[in-house]
Amino acid sequence: MDFERVLTANFGVENSRALSVYAGRGGYEGLAKARAMDPDAVTEEVKKSGLRGRGGAGFPTGMKWSFVPKAAIPAKPVYLCVNADESEPGTFKDRYLLDLDPHLVIEGTLIAAHAIRAMTAFVYFRGEFKNVKGVFDAAVREAEEKGLAARADGTGGDGALPRIVTIRGAGAYICGEETGLIESLEGKRGFPRIKPPFPAVVGAFGSPTIVNNVETIAALPFILRNGAARYAALGTGKSLGTKLFCVSGPVENPGLFERPLGYPLRSLLESDCGGVRGGRKLKAVVPGGSSVPVLTAAEVEGVLLDYESLAAAGSMLGSAGIIVMDDSTCMVAALTNLARFYSHESCGQCSPCREGTGWAHRILKRLVVGKGEEKDLEILCSISRNMRGKTICVLADALAMPIDSYVAKFRSEFEAHARDGGCAGVHPGRSISDLAGAQAEAAAS
Amino acid sequence: MAGFSLSDAALRRMREAISRFPTPRAGILHALWIVQEEAGHVSREAMEIVASEVGISPAHVLEVVTFYTMFHTEPPGKHVFQVCRTLSCELMGAGRILDHLRDRHGIDAGKKRSADGLFTLQEVECLAACGRAPAMQVDDVFYESVTEASVDGIVAACREGKSLPKPEEGVPGWTSNGS
Repeated sequence: MDFERVLTANFGVENSRALSVYAGRGGYEGLAKARAMDPDAVTEEVKKSGLRGRGGAGFPTGMKWSFVPKAAIPAKPVYLCVNADESEPGTFKDRYLLDLDPHLVIEGTLIAAHAIRAMTAFVYFRGEFKNVKGVFDAAVREAEEKGLAARADGTGGDGALPRIVTIRGAGAYICGEETGLIESLEGKRGFPRIKPPFPAVVGAFGSPTIVNNVETIAALPFILRNGAARYAALGTGKSLGTKLFCVSGPVENPGLFERPLGYPLRSLLESDCGGVRGGRKLKAVVPGGSSVPVLTAAEVEGVLLDYESLAAAGSMLGSAGIIVMDDSTCMVAALTNLARFYSHESCGQCSPCREGTGWAHRILKRLVVGKGEEKDLEILCSISRNMRGKTICVLADALAMPIDSYVAKFRSEFEAHARDGGCAGVHPGRSISDLAGAQAEAAAS
Repeated sequence: MAGFSLSDAALRRMREAISRFPTPRAGILHALWIVQEEAGHVSREAMEIVASEVGISPAHVLEVVTFYTMFHTEPPGKHVFQVCRTLSCELMGAGRILDHLRDRHGIDAGKKRSADGLFTLQEVECLAACGRAPAMQVDDVFYESVTEASVDGIVAACREGKSLPKPEEGVPGWTSNGS
């Protein structure tokens, strides 16, 4: 497909991690332009570009930045946090940006820091990204040596340049939630905070803080170098620019694809990914990371990959982690897998989530091995109703949305499990340990 | 605190890391990683050292350690295998990989470590490597498109004390015309 690459222009370029290679391809021109501008003018330019947060929420980036109260400066420092805690199931984009084009993320970080007047930018990596963080840290050292940033200890840069401090998480999905990330950054358990106050007003260490996803940050060098209009020429309607789409599951050619927003989901699955593997039929697609409502194969027809089109289709663009399921998949087993995930990752602060995710998982484990009852479906839906919108963060909703959509759209499979003890689908189960455990539990009760 | 001490180099690195943050407590994850890299796990004694370095009580350090899944409070095997079991990996055969590790190699996620002390196996949630599922992390190395055969090669290298096989590189789905 022919369009101007914003995020992956340097993928496949030899030695793409080196500053000299990056700069030789126009890198750090956007930062130079930004630093010649008033910070508020940078924010205006980003507003004009239409860039929206790529972590999942899709909130306009420039507007988020403008929530930092002007009065607080310089009484309190402003912090930037780059969210590299990539962990939404089905999503694998930030790791490649950080690993293959670290200077793109560093340049974007320095542009954002300038716009919000932050002198410290934290980059929070998920714990498993140790090697990726090593690549990124080396690139930061290079940027410091070239005088683009102060050193992590704050020296260098004559007090005029921001510093970049990297931090490594240690395994907790919830730290990808922006206030969970801030708590973790402060050295605590990653318990999300009640909002308001929003982090832009009271964030890390009691200071105004902006948390941006890696992919959001990575779009900034293009916007500043080439102007907002050139970015906004890509995409459609209120969904401007390009997006990284992560396709996983049983397709012939799964992978990472940069496409303008508004690209047809069907084209991505058929033309780019070669369709469903082994001549099987498409059954369902999760379009935006595991938290969003599932689409049936029929619903996939005609859907465009942008915020508004997916909302109109009853789902969300989310993080654009697209999980494909073929006609052999048992949707009860698939939902059981997700319920285990959210139950495992619930931080435990709020009762509806702590208890609800666990109850849902236990009921589904029972259903999947044929030990459930028909009333379990109603209990499951009632748990979901009592989780939605009742907790500090959206982790509870992130399981409630799959529960509601899987049960509503594939009800006959759930009924078959409840009534007849199973279905014709494949139950890939890790199953094995999980199913064996569930069977033992069911037998014991 | 008898029985555990950090090397001077590790303590220096820890203090340097802590000083980068607006509050000492914010250096705690960094400090715990330094401990785990040096000692292999984070013992109660080590938590006391970290507590005194960041200026909080050992109970608060324990609270943090137990929230995050990657800190080992007991010594793990020499090699830690983390097999992703979340949806994309399960759809692509993570269960088969776990069965193979258990049945062919006697490496079982139900045990703290294998009898020879070489292996700890953990079933983990999404590793952000879904494009080439199933995925498995061995120590710090990511393996993707994992098969029974690739597992055999990795386990053999661990048993023979050789360096781990090189993982697949590049971007999944990437083609020369730019995916």
